[in-house]
Amino acid sequence: MRWLRRNIIAIIAIAVLVYLFIPIAVVAFLSFNNPASKFNIRWNEFSLDAWTNLCGVPGVCSSFATSIGIGIIATIIATVLGAMISFALVRYRFRGRSTTNLLIFLPMATPEVVMGSSLLALFLNMRFPLGQVTVIIAHIMFIISFVVVTVKARLQGLDPRLEEAARDLYAGPRATFRYVTFPLVLPGILGAALLGFSLSFDDFIISYFNAGTLVTFPIYIWGAAQRGIPVQVNALATLVFVLALLVVLVAQFVSYRKRKSVQAH
Amino acid sequence: MAHAIPTVVSGSAAPPPAQRRSRTGYILLFPGIAWLLVFFAIPLVTLFATSLQVPVPGKPGYFEPGLQFSNYATAMSEYWPQFVRSLVYAGIATALALVIAYPLAYFIAMKAGAWRSFLLVLVVAPMFASFLLRTYAWKTILADDGWITSTLNSLHLLPDHRVLNTGIAVVAGLTYNFLPFMILPLYASLSKIDPRLIEAGGDLYASPIWTFAKVTWPLSLPGVVAGTLLTFIPATGDYINAQLLGSTKDHMIGNAIQINFIQFRDYPVASALSFVLMAAILILVFSYIRKSGTEEIV
Repeated sequence: MRWLRRNIIAIIAIAVLVYLFIPIAVVAFLSFNNPASKFNIRWNEFSLDAWTNLCGVPGVCSSFATSIGIGIIATIIATVLGAMISFALVRYRFRGRSTTNLLIFLPMATPEVVMGSSLLALFLNMRFPLGQVTVIIAHIMFIISFVVVTVKARLQGLDPRLEEAARDLYAGPRATFRYVTFPLVLPGILGAALLGFSLSFDDFIISYFNAGTLVTFPIYIWGAAQRGIPVQVNALATLVFVLALLVVLVAQFVSYRKRKSVQAH
Repeated sequence: MAHAIPTVVSGSAAPPPAQRRSRTGYILLFPGIAWLLVFFAIPLVTLFATSLQVPVPGKPGYFEPGLQFSNYATAMSEYWPQFVRSLVYAGIATALALVIAYPLAYFIAMKAGAWRSFLLVLVVAPMFASFLLRTYAWKTILADDGWITSTLNSLHLLPDHRVLNTGIAVVAGLTYNFLPFMILPLYASLSKIDPRLIEAGGDLYASPIWTFAKVTWPLSLPGVVAGTLLTFIPATGDYINAQLLGSTKDHMIGNAIQINFIQFRDYPVASALSFVLMAAILILVFSYIRKSGTEEIV
């Protein structure tokens, strides 16, 4: 009883973590299923068909590639624009700061359905054709704010003495930026890009409003949900999940090792 | 161009590089801010304008600029149940998420030690798996012949004798999907608390519960405010959970907006609904922030 009382928070915490992963376990589990009906929601028998033939169902891999392409373009542009804003916010004084802050905060406080529908209203009124371009525009719009928040936090956490030291060593503003500031902020920028890509890759609501006939991976899943999601979709999603988790864990491990070796010196 | 003067001249007394005033600041801001103005702010204006459009006589499905405020009355009289349902479902899901998230956030912030960053990765990790598939997976978990439903049924807890295709499933899905958005701000707040303050509570003979109520909880309020907002806002606008896990009787305002925009192509009504949702959330957010006196989440 006393053991239970002392560890109750740890037990609840572990239970919540398990809860977070239950649906993912179900998705991964069903990727090895050979469903009895077209709806892959019930276990029938073990099969590796989906894994050995990932692109076996038309539309799955093409929509997957579409999403990867859109994610890369949108992430690069949004990361550059967002990182520039963060530098301006932390390092420069300018007029209209509170309006700028509001403009960055509001997209994060707006339901996706409002952003998606209002952007669609704009494109419809401008008679702008819907497709890849409109989806990329939309993704950049909603990723920028998340990039700003992430990079800004990193910039604010920098030790100002490092840049002072560079200047004391007669480095000009440009050299200081290139050899001191930028390398120090880079992990924050890469983190922001990773976040941006995962937001873009998984976005359904905003994309659906502005896609026209374009089919991204989430839009494919949405359409397939009505008539049965192919097992290949589960396999691909499991693959993406495992890869993303590995990337993040390796990055964490590397930075942990680095910190340790810095402390050791 | 004050920043061009080498600060070495004045020695280390010079302020940190922060806060220069120069054209560079505006140049850095311009592209990103312009993007947000053109593709976020202006569309909201377009949305409002579209919500007042009138049908073109004799051409069904076509609309022209107008000032038909009655679109709002039409939209609200038809869809107020979806509206109320969205607020209720999102409210319950947010409260549940707070109760579920707090112990985990507390554990990671106070007890996890070297495991902290690893556990935080685990909290974010579910977002690497497709939102739609994770939601769809609840169909399997909550299936009518699944053990959750049969357990609840044997306890006579289910009015409809099932979970799937009811509001319960929708709320369960919403609670699950937005949980990380509750955990992270709670963790951020809790990890800033000086553990000595909690020790002091114990030293002064306060029971753990009393210490929690008087020290930990009040100090974690900024995280509670940020977390409830970050959960409540996306949950109110969500229609994926209602679509995949509920029946048409459980539709939320997002379903109505989507159907009117994309299927019915009734742009004025759809825009009116969307605009009302935006306005309702903004009013709620700002009154909530003001009331709880936390400005730092922006």
